[in-house]
Amino acid sequence: MLTLVGEDRPGIVAAVTRALFDAGCHLGEASMIRLGGNFTIMLMVRDARPAIGLEEALAPVAADLGLRCHIDPVSGGPHRHLVPNIQVRVVGADRAGIVAEVTEALAATGFNILELESDVCGDPDQPVYIMHIQGCSTEPIEDLTEALAGLRQRGISVEISPVETLIG
Amino acid sequence: MAVQPILRLPDERLKQISEPVAAFDSELRSRVAGLEETRLAGPAAVGIAAPQTGWFQRVVILDVSSKKGIAHHGHLVLVNPEIVHWEGYEIGREGCLSVPDYTGNVIRATRIRLLAQDLDGEPRELEMEGFEARAAQHEIDHLDGLLFVDRVVSRRTDLFRRKVYRAGGAGDDRQPT
Repeated sequence: MLTLVGEDRPGIVAAVTRALFDAGCHLGEASMIRLGGNFTIMLMVRDARPAIGLEEALAPVAADLGLRCHIDPVSGGPHRHLVPNIQVRVVGADRAGIVAEVTEALAATGFNILELESDVCGDPDQPVYIMHIQGCSTEPIEDLTEALAGLRQRGISVEISPVETLIG
Repeated sequence: MAVQPILRLPDERLKQISEPVAAFDSELRSRVAGLEETRLAGPAAVGIAAPQTGWFQRVVILDVSSKKGIAHHGHLVLVNPEIVHWEGYEIGREGCLSVPDYTGNVIRATRIRLLAQDLDGEPRELEMEGFEARAAQHEIDHLDGLLFVDRVVSRRTDLFRRKVYRAGGAGDDRQPT
């Protein structure tokens, strides 16, 4: 698992993936997104060499673009993707602790988070926190709603809905 | 006809545009029976289109009746279907027999009206909504050589449209202001 973070600028993905291709690497699943002015890359890379070789191959481009690089050896071949069946949308006045409160309540029900995205938006004086979670749960929606009921009383809007996946 | 093999991405034949059915005969019935057998043989698919089995004519089967609490028309064989009216849109998650182990968000019309023929060539007009309308659009796309992966939208796009405001007690379609 290759992690790269640096100040956002055009050309990061092209330069990194070109360097990886030239080094003989094969790319798999990736998450690449701009977060707070940084560009972040988490990328599954298949490479026959030890991690140190991969780091060396990336060193010139990382130095050139000001990217910090981190590599974790992981196992990861083809696998069955988990399909989310529940989505949770959270909106509230921004304050510390929202994520912990929501996800603790979900974790207590056995909810498995597959994906979490969040943004802070709105008026700088009154920022709003928006979080979108998708995951798997075997509990009925009513039970999840009940588990999160306390948060609503604390002024956080939480909406839980099923994700129906159509197979056709 | 027996269960047919499903064409899978990146099979180029999935991009082929299918031809209208002209003959409503016993061969059509036999092929439709094979298509239904194929649909039922795989993972729980609510629809299948003829070209997914390498039969490039405009035939789809839909059956979303397994989903509880939704409006639907039961089991449908649609020959030469044509969507003539679209209304509303929403994002929903789709997968496909021809694209194993991948699901993605796709924008589809919420309500549609379509014209089609049945197995005897008799014209039908159907109004569909929600999940059934989504299934019909997904299957009819196959007849035009389109897969849902051609329409997948960014997962983050969903953030911009928060449709259901149940907690506030308002209607389902209230838009963010």
